[in-house]
Amino acid sequence: MAAARSRSGSAAATAISARDVAVRFETEAGQVTALEDVSFDVEAGSIVTMLGPSGCGKSTLLRAIADLVEISEGGIQVFGRRPEDARRARDFAFVFQDSTLLPWRSAIENVRLPLEVGQAGVTVEQHAEPEELLALVGLQGRENALPHELSGGMRQRVAIARALVCRPRVLLMDEPFGALDEINRDNLNEELRRIWEETGITIMFVTHSIPEAAYLGQKVLVLSAHPGRVREFVEIDLPIDRKLAVRDTVEFIKITARLRKLLEPV
Amino acid sequence: MAIDQTRPNQSRPDAMPTDPAAGAGVKSDAQRERERRKSFLYQRGPAIAVSVGLVALWWGVVVVFGIPTYIAPTPADVFAVFVEQGDVLWINFWPTLLEAISGFIIGNLVAVILAIWFVHSQLAERSFYPIAVFINTIPIIAIAPILVLLLGNGYAPKIVIAALICFFPTLVNMVRGLKAVSPQMLELMRVLSANDREVLLKVRLQSSLPFLFAALKIASTTSVIGAIVGEWIGSNYGLGSLIIEATYNFRSPLLYATVILGAGMAVMAFGLTTFAERRLLTWKPSDVF
Ligand SMILES: Nc1ncnc2c1ncn2[C@@H]1O[C@H](COP(=O)(O)OP(=O)(O)OP(=O)(O)O)[C@@H](O)[C@H]1O
Ligand SMILES: [Mg+2]
Repeated sequence: MAAARSRSGSAAATAISARDVAVRFETEAGQVTALEDVSFDVEAGSIVTMLGPSGCGKSTLLRAIADLVEISEGGIQVFGRRPEDARRARDFAFVFQDSTLLPWRSAIENVRLPLEVGQAGVTVEQHAEPEELLALVGLQGRENALPHELSGGMRQRVAIARALVCRPRVLLMDEPFGALDEINRDNLNEELRRIWEETGITIMFVTHSIPEAAYLGQKVLVLSAHPGRVREFVEIDLPIDRKLAVRDTVEFIKITARLRKLLEPV
Repeated sequence: MAIDQTRPNQSRPDAMPTDPAAGAGVKSDAQRERERRKSFLYQRGPAIAVSVGLVALWWGVVVVFGIPTYIAPTPADVFAVFVEQGDVLWINFWPTLLEAISGFIIGNLVAVILAIWFVHSQLAERSFYPIAVFINTIPIIAIAPILVLLLGNGYAPKIVIAALICFFPTLVNMVRGLKAVSPQMLELMRVLSANDREVLLKVRLQSSLPFLFAALKIASTTSVIGAIVGEWIGSNYGLGSLIIEATYNFRSPLLYATVILGAGMAVMAFGLTTFAERRLLTWKPSDVF
């Protein structure tokens, strides 16, 4: 991408910081505490993956960062801004498990959607070229395909291109490859790392897959359940330009074994 | 469409053994097969055959049982009306068409606007939806005289009746359609800081189109019914009044011809709506959303 943000620039700024975050939901059965006492910092330009048992609050945490869920206690900042202000400034983009493409819009028109809504003209002075983004995610030549003409993996690529169109500083991804088959998933994992290297964007990525978390992440945020708390923030000691084959190395297997152990109930 | 895609594959295995050497020959067979299946006769032939059969049956029954013309005319009698009294039919055709079209447009437009309002205001939905349901439960035939009393003898009461009859199915479907947006899509729009107007214009309206057209297809035929029913009461023009007049004077061939013309109008309206739907809904509404 043309204007990749340099990661080597200023000394590690903080992209996302959470302090003593608690999220509670009022339900008919009473109050549910989804998150309790969650604090962590995500360094600008890094990839952090998030692991945890089902229902531990991974999506809730990501959605709290994205201003989709209200925080009950504590605070979250995205590049020093409250989530709401960060949202209005288009500091982050969100990729869901479903590609959430508009079925009547072609791939390229879907990528353009963020430029057409939310006073995009004011907040996005210099957006990325949709054509270039589709090429970046490997979809050159399919610009005019409608979503139903694309495979699940291709649709998810369009969703990633759409997320990048406003040049966000942070990419929040909630199990984006969860519905894909393994081969597709591997490909997209590799490409996501490539895109991350090319753009210098900060990525926070929720997954259920331990190998995916270890392969993608520089750090893995492991949550424990009931209520969701930070179990450990694990540093992944793998080369920065790792290839998929890294997953067959002893180091990698040691890392996944450690993560698996952290996921066991205490 | 689905037929076109699957059938050639089925025909290929049949063609293969007879002509294993020439691949091109097999292909053109499949193409010819596809063209044959697309042809007008293949698509519409069965329906035409059944229709012709039914007309023949009608004719046969009338002749064999010697039924008098004023009770049931033969197809020939009816056809004669179209030839000899064509001007009477046409003079009465246009007002009914005008009322039906006006009612269709007004009824659906009001329904769509109300649906958009309901989707944005819970209070509006709770206040007016029950009233809409109530109005819908009153038989249209019962409302017709009231409207004639209120609005006089011109076009107005007929248009209102046609509009009323279109209104409810479109309101219900449109509300459903506007709400048939996945929660994730709405979250995406929120992340993009889109306002209600943008969500409506970029997401809700298009996603409601399949629902809207389901309702418009119903409305296209019921608006004709509404216009005709409106003309039954104290009107001296239109297909509806012609039906009443022909019935009271035992002019059965004229009655039948009028009914056929009314049906033709409804079929035409339905066809146009279906055509518009095909042009506008080229995307698949189903799984992607
Ligand atoms: N809107 C809500 N209302 C009430 N409870 C909620 C709501 N959203 C989440 N929860 C509860 O909060 C907890 C965390 O949910 P969340 O979806 O964040 O978990 P998760 O870690 O993403 O799970 P999974 O791995 O299955 O996606 C769950 O117990 C869930 O029932
Ligand atoms: Mg989740």
